[in-house]
Parts: sequence; structure tokens; C-alpha cells
Amino acid sequence: MCCLGWRPISFNYWWVSAVIASLPRPLWLRTSTMLYGVAFFAFLFLPLAVVAVFAFNDASYPAPPWRGFTLDWFLGGTDAKRLGLFADAAMLGSIWTSVVVACWVTVLSVLVGTANAFLIERTQFRGKQALSMLMLAPLVIPGVILGISILAFASGIANQADDLWGLELDFLRPGLPLVVLGQFSYIVSIATLTITARLKRFDVTLEEAAYNLGASRAAVLWTITLPYLKPAMIGSAAISFLMSFENFNTTLMLVGSDAPLTVMMYGRMREGATPVLNAVSLLLMVSSAVLALTMMRGPKGNASSHSD
Amino acid sequence: MSLAETPDVSRNSARLMLMLLLAPALLWLLGLIVLPHLELGILSLRHRVAPRVYEPSLAQFATFIDEPLYWHTFVRTALMSIVATAITLLMAFPIAWTIAKIARGRVKSMMFVMCLIPFWVSETVRTLGWMILLRESGVLPALLVGLGVTPAPIEMLYHDATILVGLVYTSMLFMVIPLISALESLDDSLIEAAYDLGGNGWSILRQIVIPHAAPGIVAGCIVVFMLTLGNYLTPTLLGGKNSQWFTEQIYTQFITRFNWEQGAAFGFLLLGLSTAIVWAGLKLSGQKFGEVMQRS
Repeated sequence: MCCLGWRPISFNYWWVSAVIASLPRPLWLRTSTMLYGVAFFAFLFLPLAVVAVFAFNDASYPAPPWRGFTLDWFLGGTDAKRLGLFADAAMLGSIWTSVVVACWVTVLSVLVGTANAFLIERTQFRGKQALSMLMLAPLVIPGVILGISILAFASGIANQADDLWGLELDFLRPGLPLVVLGQFSYIVSIATLTITARLKRFDVTLEEAAYNLGASRAAVLWTITLPYLKPAMIGSAAISFLMSFENFNTTLMLVGSDAPLTVMMYGRMREGATPVLNAVSLLLMVSSAVLALTMMRGPKGNASSHSD
Repeated sequence: MSLAETPDVSRNSARLMLMLLLAPALLWLLGLIVLPHLELGILSLRHRVAPRVYEPSLAQFATFIDEPLYWHTFVRTALMSIVATAITLLMAFPIAWTIAKIARGRVKSMMFVMCLIPFWVSETVRTLGWMILLRESGVLPALLVGLGVTPAPIEMLYHDATILVGLVYTSMLFMVIPLISALESLDDSLIEAAYDLGGNGWSILRQIVIPHAAPGIVAGCIVVFMLTLGNYLTPTLLGGKNSQWFTEQIYTQFITRFNWEQGAAFGFLLLGLSTAIVWAGLKLSGQKFGEVMQRS
């Protein structure tokens, strides 16, 4: 490509000025950057926009043409064919199932993730390096495979217990306990990463000072180390909740009779459902936006209160 | 307190602490990762000869090779994932560059947040959006008819291209973020120097920008490829019966046909492919697994 050196200097100048902001850019480059940006963000937001818009379309199917504005898909309840979200007991039940599962996954992930962080940062034992590598492995195992391996293993134990002792271990059969374990198995890796990263930056002299002043181990942990870890713990709690709520692959393999929201929506999408799906989607968009915005404001507030 | 303790007591308490911290990690890793995968491995390597009687065999893997549908699906899934990863990289790079190098201040942080927003919403919702846009009675076909491009609405769902659109869309964030962080660490003066020394656009991109961004590119590609390969929702909903995605075969064997031995063998094949690609990507770029995971 060196033979392109005959190109006029001005072309090079244009190109270089296009790649960094410090130099003025020619019009055609600014325009094409702008156009690409607009096209890219249209691509990102178009699917979400149509989902939101058709939640309010007065038609029994989320498709054009526009037949007027209605809130039936939220509030309707008199006609079985126009069942709104807040009258759709199955849909509300699946939202509740998802919330319960996500709460369990969040609590387990943050607790175990914190313990793992202390294990990695504060203890020495043989094989620690290998163990901390193994902790990352769930992130590179496809979710479907996590699901089927846990399903096979749990069923194997349940069958053994049944054969040997006649015990019926229901929680090892497909159902919500297995869904919680399946989601936990990889979400805890993320919590471990986040919390370990913060514990690594902790200044150990703070703890030493407290010990010198006569504090007990529990007091130091409770008043110094854990408050320091709090932002990372809250952050990984929010991420765990969101990831659990949105999980589909692992959940699909482990689910029993109570379907969480994603599985329920998947089933209805295959059948071709009413705009009540759009209504529940809009609800999800709004609530994850609220969660994300409070998350993004959270660390700032914490940082300022620390510096005071 | 700890200074006053005898060495013996403190060593004992340290051991106790280690055991307490080790217990949850071992329960998690053994009970939910290692042993289940061993069980899956055993399942895939045995064959049922009579009800509840099994013997070791490679029959499942033989079926995979003998039955064209199975290995075609496998190869197709791998190729489509590679194509989806490449398209994602090509689409994400200009945006990552704009955010990292051109945009400033408020515009920069706004563009960054706008890249994140769609991924706070679940994949189910995003796929629903694409279905409303692309199906025969959907928004885009109606628009094409309205503009006079096509005489009647065309079905835009259930094509390979549709699956690719959905996969690229779902993966975008996981490419944009590592690219931005790789490009932000590139010093502008390097580009200026390269230009002063007579470099042109292409040679600067190839000799300065891409080598510098390589860790980010590899990290993004690995994550996107893995997620695409293991995706189930997008191919089945956007591809319908034509999707022929390998995870779908696993689901069919495991859940629909209850042929766990075959499903386990398929699972291991997918895991093997995914691991091989991750390993090759890390080898190619000379990076460590932990670093890549930290980055993404």
C-alpha cells in the first residue's frame, strides 16, 4: 500500500484530521460521520421504539396500520380477547416468579462473591491461582450447556436418592430452585470479579491502624472493610438482579411448571400474541431504565460523601 | 489483639477462616460447574443397550458424523457466528472511534450512554421489536409498499440475513465497549507523528491503530462469538423453522426427545468449539484469559 504515496498531501491532511478531534475536519467527513452515527443509533433504537409505540395501538395484533390510541393493553380486562397487562394473571404471575428468582440469585451471588473476593485477596493456599481461574470459567461456558449439565447432574442425584433410599427430592427436578442455581452458577463469577477488583484497591493500613487501636476482627470488618466494599456490592447486586431477570438460555433448560417472564414471553411470541407483550415490554424498559439511572447516580453520590 | 495471641492460636484461626471462605467457592465450583460437566461427559460417552442398562460407547458422536443434518447444523452455526462477529466488528469500529477520538464532553458521554441503553432491556424485548419490524404484516414491509418499492408486503423474517441482523444487534454492546477502552488509550500524537512521517490513512490504520487496539478487538470478538454460538432465542424466533441453530438441536434432544445421551454429546461438541475459539483468539493475540475477562 506504500505505493499510494503519490496522493496529494492535502488528502492525508484530511484523513488525519478526521481521525482525531484536534484538527478541523472537512465537510464531507463530518457529514458521513454524522450520517453513520444517525444510522447506527436508528438501528439500535428502532426495535425498542416500535415495541413501545405498538403497546398503545388499538388493534388486536402489534402491527401497522395505526388504529388509534388505547390503554386497553394495560388496563383492559372485560374482554378475554383484549386482556390488559394488569388483568393478565398469568403474565403478572410470571413477573412475580422472575422477581423472586432474581432476589435469590442476587443475595446468593453477592454473599458468595464477597467471600470469594476475601478468599482471593486475603488468603494463601496451594492451587489458589487455578481456583481463581476456574471461577472465571462459567463466563465462557454457553448458557445452554450450563443449563443441561446442571439438569443432568441434579436429575442423576435425584434418581440415585429415589433408587437407594426411596427419597423423592423434588427440588432437584426442573423447577425454580434449579433455575436459581443455574443462574447463580455464572452470575456469581461477575459478582466475584467486581468485588475482588475493589478489594484489591483497599488500603490495608486502614485495617492495621484499627487493630492497633484495639478493634476486634469483627468490628474492623463491619466498620471499615465492608463499608469500603459497599459500592461494589450494591453495583454487583444490581447487575445480578438484571442479569437474572433477563436470563433466558439457562432458565429454559431448567424451568418447571412456573415460567419466569422471559420464558413466558418466548412462548407467547411463538404463538403470535396480542400487544399485551408490548405493554409488559414497555414496563420492563421503564423499570430497567430507572434501575440503571439510579445505579449511575449512586457511585457519584457515594464518592462525594467519602470526600467530605 | 492479634499481637497478643500465641502463634498457634492465630494459625488455627487463619486455617478456620480459610476453610470458611473456601467452602462456598468449592460448593459452587464443584457442585454447579465441575461435577455437572463430568456427569455430562459420562452421559455423552455411554449408550443405552436395554432399559436402564448402559455401556460405554462413542455411538452419539458416530450419529453426529453419520447424520448430515447434525453436522451441517454445527458447521452452519459456526460459520454464521463468524460472519455475525465480523459484521459486528465492522459496524462497531467507526462508532467506537467516534466516541473515543472525535466526540468530546457532553456529546461523548451521551453517545456512550446511548450505546448502553438498549442492553438494559432483555433480549426477548429486543427480539419482539425486530419481529414487529420485519414480519410480513410488520412495519418495514408496509413501509416498502407505501414507498412503492414492492407491490405487496414481503416476508422479511425467517431468512439467514434476519438471523444475522438479530445476532449483530444483540452482540453490539460487547464489541463497542472493549473497542472504546482500547482506542481511548491510543495517544493522538502517535497518529500525528505517523502522518508527519508520511503515513496515509490505510497504513496508519494497519500499522498503528489496529496493533494498538488488538487486545480490545480480540476481547470483543471472543465475547461476541461465544454469545452468538450459544444463542437460542434470536435464531429460533427470527429464523423460525429455517434457523437450524445448534443450540436448538441440543434443546430438542434434551427436552423434546428426552435423549440425554445425544444431547450431552452435542453439548460437548458446542463447548469444545467455543473453548477452541476462545483459546485460539487468546493465543493469536498473546493475551491471558483473566485480562480479557477483566476488560469485558
